[in-house]
Amino acid sequence: MIEITATSPLHHFPGGIHPPEQKALANQTPIQRLPLAPMLYIPLRQHSGPAGELCVQVGDHVLKGQALTQPGVDNGLPVHASTSGTIVAIQDHPLNHPSGFSGPTAYLQPDGAEQWIERQPIDDLSRLSHREILMHLQLMGIAGLGGAGFPTARKVAGAQGIDLLIINGVECEPYIVADDRLMREHAAEIVRGSQLLQTITAAKQVVIAVEDNKPEAIAAFETVLAADANVTNTMILRVVPTRYPSGGEKQLIQVLTGLQVPADQLPADIGILVQNVGTAFAVARAIDHGEPLIERVVTITGQALSKPGTAWIPLGTPIDHILSVSGFQPANKQRVIIGGPMMGYTIASLQVPVIKTTNCILAPSAKELAPPEHEMACIRCGACEQVCPASLLPQQLQWLAKAKDYDGLKQHHLADCIECGACAYVCPSEIPLVQYYRQAKAEIREQLIEQQKSEIARQRFEARQARLEREKEERLEKHRKAAEARKAAQAARADSGEEDPVKAALARVKAKKAAQQAAEPASESTDAPADDKKAQVAAAVARAKARKAEREAALAQADDQQKADDDKKAQVAAAVARAKARKAERDAAAQQEKQEDGESS
Amino acid sequence: MSFFIASSPHNHQKRTTSRLMQLVLLAMVPGVLAQFYFFGWGIVWQLLIAGFTAVCAESLCLIARERSPLRGLQDYSALVTAALLAVSIPPLAPWWVIVIGTIFAIVVVKHLFGGIGHNIFNPAMAAYVLLLISFPVQMTSWLPPVTLSGESIGWWDSLRLILVQYTSAGYSVDQVRAVATGQLFDAVVMATPLDQIKTDLAQGLTLSESLSKPIFGAFAGHGWLWVNVAYLFGGLMLLQQRIIQWHIPAALLGALAVAAIIGSLAAPDALPGLNIHLFSGGTMLAAFFIATDPVSAATSNRGKLIYAALVGVLIYVIRSFGGYPDAIAFAVLLANLCVPVIDQYTRPTAYGQAGGQR
Repeated sequence: MIEITATSPLHHFPGGIHPPEQKALANQTPIQRLPLAPMLYIPLRQHSGPAGELCVQVGDHVLKGQALTQPGVDNGLPVHASTSGTIVAIQDHPLNHPSGFSGPTAYLQPDGAEQWIERQPIDDLSRLSHREILMHLQLMGIAGLGGAGFPTARKVAGAQGIDLLIINGVECEPYIVADDRLMREHAAEIVRGSQLLQTITAAKQVVIAVEDNKPEAIAAFETVLAADANVTNTMILRVVPTRYPSGGEKQLIQVLTGLQVPADQLPADIGILVQNVGTAFAVARAIDHGEPLIERVVTITGQALSKPGTAWIPLGTPIDHILSVSGFQPANKQRVIIGGPMMGYTIASLQVPVIKTTNCILAPSAKELAPPEHEMACIRCGACEQVCPASLLPQQLQWLAKAKDYDGLKQHHLADCIECGACAYVCPSEIPLVQYYRQAKAEIREQLIEQQKSEIARQRFEARQARLEREKEERLEKHRKAAEARKAAQAARADSGEEDPVKAALARVKAKKAAQQAAEPASESTDAPADDKKAQVAAAVARAKARKAEREAALAQADDQQKADDDKKAQVAAAVARAKARKAERDAAAQQEKQEDGESS
Repeated sequence: MSFFIASSPHNHQKRTTSRLMQLVLLAMVPGVLAQFYFFGWGIVWQLLIAGFTAVCAESLCLIARERSPLRGLQDYSALVTAALLAVSIPPLAPWWVIVIGTIFAIVVVKHLFGGIGHNIFNPAMAAYVLLLISFPVQMTSWLPPVTLSGESIGWWDSLRLILVQYTSAGYSVDQVRAVATGQLFDAVVMATPLDQIKTDLAQGLTLSESLSKPIFGAFAGHGWLWVNVAYLFGGLMLLQQRIIQWHIPAALLGALAVAAIIGSLAAPDALPGLNIHLFSGGTMLAAFFIATDPVSAATSNRGKLIYAALVGVLIYVIRSFGGYPDAIAFAVLLANLCVPVIDQYTRPTAYGQAGGQR
């Protein structure tokens, strides 16, 4: 049983760093509303897990909040129309993903009316079954807004009767202030969402965790918690020291409880569930107001922007629209980063849309975030090891990854790397360590898939061999049976009775013998059948003759046809010859005329 | 418009390997100044010759290995190796001693093992051992501190002694030393405090008799005390700048101190005490600049503690019972050999691998 009080000691996770926070760029102004983009690109899959099934068609007019997909057979997470308008296309569009791939996306042209679909808030949770509540969260498209976007209903379903629900407002990544602004402005709704999550999971205790570099957010929570009579004493606020990556799920658990989530297990296995503050807010909106997840707070920051800040962005809004209204002045080698400087990824196309997991758009100047330089040799300084929050040996992992020693990587627990980037941040040789780990992880995954594939191929081959063998045997068996049946039938024909075939055969043999014995004395009696034969032969000859005659007749007919054709050809040739002759005559005449003319002149 | 694609993290602490090495060189300045003050111009020339040789050797190796010499030199690691070797050898040793040592360090110990980051042994210490074994006379010909002999050799004579082994007046190194030492100790030839103790003990003197000689001054060896204090200061600068972690210096000095206390309790008149061990010879240089060489040291924090403690104990054992007066180089090389084993058994437990340990 985990129990945390307002004064219970905080713990440390090993390592960690203090990169420049740069949060003041965007957290000074309230969350804005930007003008609506002329076209929204809503990818059908915006979270980890399968996509839902499409339930609209091109040309459909949709209302704000209307589901574009439904869970379907894969039990996917639905996406919704972020505003009212027309679906003008459903086709591949660049995805908001580090791969830069394209994927199925609904093109929604807003009509500007912002006309809502009928919303169905839940007034009283107790009237619904647990299953129905989770279904509601899923139909509202709620996904984790802090990280990979895991469907909230699924995460909550696996965490029933837990000891501790942690509401994560740490937001440790530099630059990102979306949660900070949300906490300052909507602390009450976050607390409400936390209460709902507590009710749904039957969690014994709720801890809202905020880093100590967000005093305004802390104050906002303190006010709400002090004022709200509904807040039970099971919900407390804990302020954690600022250190990257204390907002990581595993690190935050360690800071608050001193516990580690065992490898290959989930926090729920040790009685803990972590939810982001944004997710708690979305849960409150979905249950109290029946609003699906169609917009989120996005940090728009970086020194390449003249108007940084935060904004409520309808999901599907393309990045270039957001940047262009934020005073984007791209420089040479400009990077546009989705997420923060530590774990975010660069995008190649500004056409990619904001999705459920997009918490920050960062357009840095080259001065504030210098582009990567040449990788130098590792000097084994061990700085990476000092900062690794997972107590791994980043340096060893790097050697192993370069050597493609997958067994060694497994022994050194590569899978426990959370890719926080602290090691690469401190590396004096600027080795892109995380890049090596990602690549190695992908290669290991690939290898695993290959292994599975070859295993399947082997099984299929063996199955095929077995089938061929079986079929061969079946064929042989069939032939054998058929042969027997034929024998039996012959025997039946021979005896025209239901006699035993063996007896019948014996009888036939006896009969043959008897016949032979009988035939020997009376051999002259065979003439009559011979005459018959002659007659048959004669008849056959006659038939053959008749056939030959027929054939010849047919040939003759064909010859006639041929002849007729030949006649035609001859006629044509004659005509041509005549024409030529005429022409020759004319020419000769003309020649003569000329000559005469010449003589006369 | 095309955007630049890069892998996270996108920001980076502005402390590069080059900067680290530059700071190490900078932190050596106080120690070098102290050596210059007590032992004259020799150290300056040795540093210049070693540095020049190191740059040449490094460039040639990088070219031979088809790498960019300019980028390779930018990491300053060759210069750090050269500087560590130069401050370790007698200031008036002939030029070819430091040249051979530097070439061996860079070419054999570093590049033949795969270049920076791949060498098993500390290059400067491996070179020092090579020189000590090959040229024992030249490598043990330290002059007594200038403050004792009163004889200071000018920059020109120092250079001549190093290059052609004669001063402009025609004296050889031995003659200079004979003059310098003769004034003081009546033909006592050995000149470093640790040397002195070893010789005296071998000749049947007790420790206190040996320590009463003027070379020891009040606390530890005369001059050497201040050289060590200066390197300690430089080392603390490195610690404060977080270039090195506390583990190696603390464990090395701690282990050496514990061994020295136990030794002097067991045999007070045969084994030198704590003050001599900590502030004579190359102790502080070893603790902060040599054993902390990240390439050849253990990597994990626990591993570093074990590695450095091993160096400390080995220094004590070799100083007390070995055939050489000082023991830094041997101790470091022996500990280097143990690093793979130490690394193997000091791996930290990764997050979540302890079975939900609290």
